[in-house]
Amino acid sequence: MDPITIDLLTCLLGLLVVASGIGALLGFTVKSEAGRNTVANLNARIRSWWVMCLIFGLAMVGGPSLSLGLFALTSFFALREFLTLTLTRRSDHLALFGAFFLLLPLQYYFVAVKWYGMFSIFMPVFGFLFVPMVAALADDHQDFLARTAKVQWGLMVCVYGVSYAPALLTLEIPGFTGAARLLFFLVCVAQLSDVFQYVWGKLLGKHRIAPRISPNKTVEGLIGGIASATGVGAALYWATPFSPLQAAAMAFLVCVLGFFGGLTMSAIKRDRGVKDWGTMIEGHGGMMDRIDSLCFAAPVFFHTTRYFFTP
Amino acid sequence: MDWFAGLVKLLTGVKGVWHEVASEAREQRIYFANHSSHLDSLVLWAALPPAQRARVRPAAAKDYWGKPGLRARIARLFHAVLIDRARDQTCADPLGPLDEALTTGDSLIIFPEGTRNPEGQVQQFKSGLYRLAQHHPKVALVPVYLENLHRILPKGWLLPVPLTGAAVFGRALTLESGESKQDFLARAREAVLALRRT
Repeated sequence: MDPITIDLLTCLLGLLVVASGIGALLGFTVKSEAGRNTVANLNARIRSWWVMCLIFGLAMVGGPSLSLGLFALTSFFALREFLTLTLTRRSDHLALFGAFFLLLPLQYYFVAVKWYGMFSIFMPVFGFLFVPMVAALADDHQDFLARTAKVQWGLMVCVYGVSYAPALLTLEIPGFTGAARLLFFLVCVAQLSDVFQYVWGKLLGKHRIAPRISPNKTVEGLIGGIASATGVGAALYWATPFSPLQAAAMAFLVCVLGFFGGLTMSAIKRDRGVKDWGTMIEGHGGMMDRIDSLCFAAPVFFHTTRYFFTP
Repeated sequence: MDWFAGLVKLLTGVKGVWHEVASEAREQRIYFANHSSHLDSLVLWAALPPAQRARVRPAAAKDYWGKPGLRARIARLFHAVLIDRARDQTCADPLGPLDEALTTGDSLIIFPEGTRNPEGQVQQFKSGLYRLAQHHPKVALVPVYLENLHRILPKGWLLPVPLTGAAVFGRALTLESGESKQDFLARAREAVLALRRT
């Protein structure tokens, strides 16, 4: 492991220690009933952050195949939550089976063998056609377009979108050897943007952006969150192939797309009448609740980096 | 068999959700649930705490699960009580084996609709549950709603897809004195439907 990666992981450890410290301090000082609930949820979230960072850190240290496996599992759990919540019919069984056990593994296989020409079009072309083809064989026309669209959406967001995060490891940027740090940059900025938006929203939030979809997203939270996470991204430039200004621009891009990822996935949740995608991660809800921003940010971050920074 | 129950829960993502009914109680029970998949008995069994799981026996159709070979072996492994759905002259009392099991102190898993329903709707209940409640007034009748199982393994398919399911347990019912068969069966069905979350 190179020294820059060690520095990065040390920063992450420091951040977690500080977060746990603040959480413990709030636990002692906050007395009101509502406040205590918020602090309890905050501390549950921080505990889960420890676990998630530990897993992510190990994958970083363990090398590309471990990272790839981790994101494939992440896709699997996200797709499971997505398709559990979006109703399908009995006639979709074969299409669902193919989504989990054929299309998902193939997408990650193409990333693993670094076949850019394939993994960058696999879902939008082959996955897109596979789902309605198989569904049509079941001879059931009721809600056909809606049913196939749900499966296609699940695959695009949970599998295709997420797979672009480990796909960063396939990029060959001249004069830069730490592709894993690029992945770290993306995940770190996307997640911190969520955290900062939550914190600024709790502190200053007044003007709601889309109250019917997501009552907790406010203009103040959005501006504060994006500004803070963009700042952190710029400050991490030394671990990336970017200059400070470039790092800030890339971080800003990740934050904006992450915000829209969260908002879009919230709209789907609200339509189904639930608050969380699942119960897998204590304090956060499901896997999808944690990675909704990444689903949107990863593909755009990948293609932008590839366009501007590879020959 | 505890490890197997754990494996089933992991693979099907099924969680037991207990509403106003103690999961750990040792009383004798009839669990009655909606029926939409071959996995129903298995996941209900797996969702029970070990003390309850050890004494519970699923009711199963003799015409299907009694066939020699793999099906019969599976039925034996789970101590299934095989019942006759045919109701012809040769079988005067199809509930006999269930009565016997309850008399010896076992708990039961039954599906009062009598057959699997493809899209997860819940049909009218058959009268067996009422008769068992009459014969064994001390046994607690626990309604269970099995969520999403018809999507995980629908009728007519061999391989499951890994969606998340749940077994939601409700408050136990008792047969009121003088309650008619229709009223009781409708109430029992409502108790299962009331546990539906989405």
